[in-house]
Amino acid sequence: MKRWGLILLAIVMLFSFSATSAQAVTEINWWFAHGGRLGEKVQSIVSDFNSMQNKYKVVATYKGNYSDTMMAGIAAFRSQTPPHILQVFEVGTASMMAAKGAIKPVYEVMAEAGLPWTPDAYLSTVTGYYTTSDGKMLSMPFNSSTPVLYYNVEAFKKAGLDPDKPPRTWSEVEAYAKKLVAAGYGGGFSTAWISWIHLENFSAWHNAPFGTKANGFEGLDTEFVFNSPLHVKHVQNLADWQKDKVFVYGGRRNKGNAKFSSGEVAMYTESSAGYAGFKKTCKFPFKTSMLPYYKGAAGAPQNTIIGGASLWVMEGHSDAEYKGVATFFNYLSSPAVQADWHQFTGYLPITTDAYYLTKGQGVYDEKPGMETALKQMTLNKPTANSRGLRFGNFVQMRAIMYDTLEAIFTGEVTAQEGLDDAAQKGNRLLRKFEKANK
Amino acid sequence: MEKRVIFKNKVLPYFLVAPQIAITLVFFIWPALMAIYQSVQQEDPFGLSTEFVGLENFSYIFTDPIYLNSIKVTMVFSLSVAAISMCTALLLAVMADRVIRGATTYKTLIIWPYAVAAVAAAVLWYFLFNPTVGMISFFLKKMGVDWNFALKGGQAMLLVILASSWRQIAYNFLFFLAGLQAIPKPFIEAAAIDGASPWKRFWTIVFPLLSPTVFFLLVMNLVYAFFETFGVIHAITEGGPNEATNTMVFKIYHDVFEAVDLGGSAAQSVVLMVLVIALTVIQFRYIERKVHY
Repeated sequence: MKRWGLILLAIVMLFSFSATSAQAVTEINWWFAHGGRLGEKVQSIVSDFNSMQNKYKVVATYKGNYSDTMMAGIAAFRSQTPPHILQVFEVGTASMMAAKGAIKPVYEVMAEAGLPWTPDAYLSTVTGYYTTSDGKMLSMPFNSSTPVLYYNVEAFKKAGLDPDKPPRTWSEVEAYAKKLVAAGYGGGFSTAWISWIHLENFSAWHNAPFGTKANGFEGLDTEFVFNSPLHVKHVQNLADWQKDKVFVYGGRRNKGNAKFSSGEVAMYTESSAGYAGFKKTCKFPFKTSMLPYYKGAAGAPQNTIIGGASLWVMEGHSDAEYKGVATFFNYLSSPAVQADWHQFTGYLPITTDAYYLTKGQGVYDEKPGMETALKQMTLNKPTANSRGLRFGNFVQMRAIMYDTLEAIFTGEVTAQEGLDDAAQKGNRLLRKFEKANK
Repeated sequence: MEKRVIFKNKVLPYFLVAPQIAITLVFFIWPALMAIYQSVQQEDPFGLSTEFVGLENFSYIFTDPIYLNSIKVTMVFSLSVAAISMCTALLLAVMADRVIRGATTYKTLIIWPYAVAAVAAAVLWYFLFNPTVGMISFFLKKMGVDWNFALKGGQAMLLVILASSWRQIAYNFLFFLAGLQAIPKPFIEAAAIDGASPWKRFWTIVFPLLSPTVFFLLVMNLVYAFFETFGVIHAITEGGPNEATNTMVFKIYHDVFEAVDLGGSAAQSVVLMVLVIALTVIQFRYIERKVHY
């Protein structure tokens, strides 16, 4: 027993020794929300950074899913032990932005660090979501994706459709879907993330506002306007299309993905980041194309907006530590790291250089599906309607959207009644947020 | 007949109950007080600006159609879970009580589900009944049932009730079986000799003697259905479709852990707390009178 005690003591001493010798290195804590293979990738990016230089040591910690990570960050801030970098999903953006005193805007961190930094190097359609209307970057985009249309090549051939000519408009989708159903498929198309794709991105893609005040970018006194005739028309179409199985509702989040991978439906709208998952689960060849639009709608197609998460810098640390954060962000934005992350995960690159680097490597010729999302994002210069969304209490709004759409799809209410009601409920949440963040 | 243990030392009893009191204070009383405090504040997630708003959070939730609907959903859900899990468990316990050969095997099998984590159980049910890939939904569709709980509220409700009850059956079974075995056999034998049918014997002798257990389980099951079922709902329906399974506790979970609405969810917690306290008081005052110990 005594010998064990001695060994233990030796180990403790060894550790305390290495801890004191490591004090010269500034530690940067990063809390992130990627499990599985993505998490391993994050760790490998971090360890590359740590071995590249010896001034800073980034410690990346997995804190659970997006909500868990955000809650962990909030709890840590409240107990005065915040991490330096916190990964927050896009719907939490408004909450983070409003938390002045808890977050340090990225443009400030970069300016104070005095490192060379060019905001123009970033893809504006990606960073726009996290930038003020006068162009100041608040958080660093990390993993961003945008919805695209996936279609089953085998099914297209079976139904006598040309797999190289995916449907471009919603009326083409309807016609294609009818042919697919006639060929024996269980449904024409289905979707994941229905609120994000069929209302939020639908608005941007048609250059129509989702809310007033530039979708909330220009003030907390914004109001939802997703009950416009164009929105109502689309949602009513979805509801009506259920009769002929042109459209099949697959459930909340991406719970309907099995409908596409099992071959039940032949077309599916889902995040571009779902590409790797489908590659693994689908036993048939599939391709991607841009989201469909309504032909008569003025301004369509515009560009789509992103989903995913960004990195926020938290208040309460020393200047030396912030300099470390800035150094790490510069490393994260470097073309090599970005191109690698983009190609490994299917998320969008955040800089133009990373995009051209990937293009130059011939990756898009091999996997043309990967470029679809980028082309669609950068199709046009973003307008006030297609820069992104910034609404408080938006997580609750998404839940209301699911409930509303489900009520519309079962025929309990019409699209007009449902969307009017959802807008009203949502505006109550917006006013509540406005009041709490005055 | 009462037995009393007399402590000579005046301090020792307090010392002995101190850990229990400390745990109750730290894990039950203090959070409850915090919830009450939080429910009258309007606060941003980071605690940067806190404003006293009186009963505004309460007036907000009581004018919120989503919240009012969740009260209704909770009632239907909780009563169904309590009824289904208790009736099934009682039936199984009565059956198992009669089994002589292989009794342990039966009991072990029935108690087993209780060892399965709530979320794991929920995921299991979700996959069995998944409209696209589920095994049971495959057979349901073969039988001509239009099974799609992603859109049909009634089916979703049925599914979460079954999934929540399933686990609780094991728990109830354990108590019912213990209760049944505590009933002196001569009572039943005497009634049998007098010619009472099994049905009659059950309702006139066994059930009244079992009533303390029934009462205890009723309280426990309602508390379970009110508080501990959000994991099941989270994994299967997320409160949908169209709020059909949006129970009060799931809504609280969602509002605080996903939406970070502290004041609003604290107000909801306080309402739930008051409701459960009221229910328990009613149970003890009115139903307990009918219980024979």
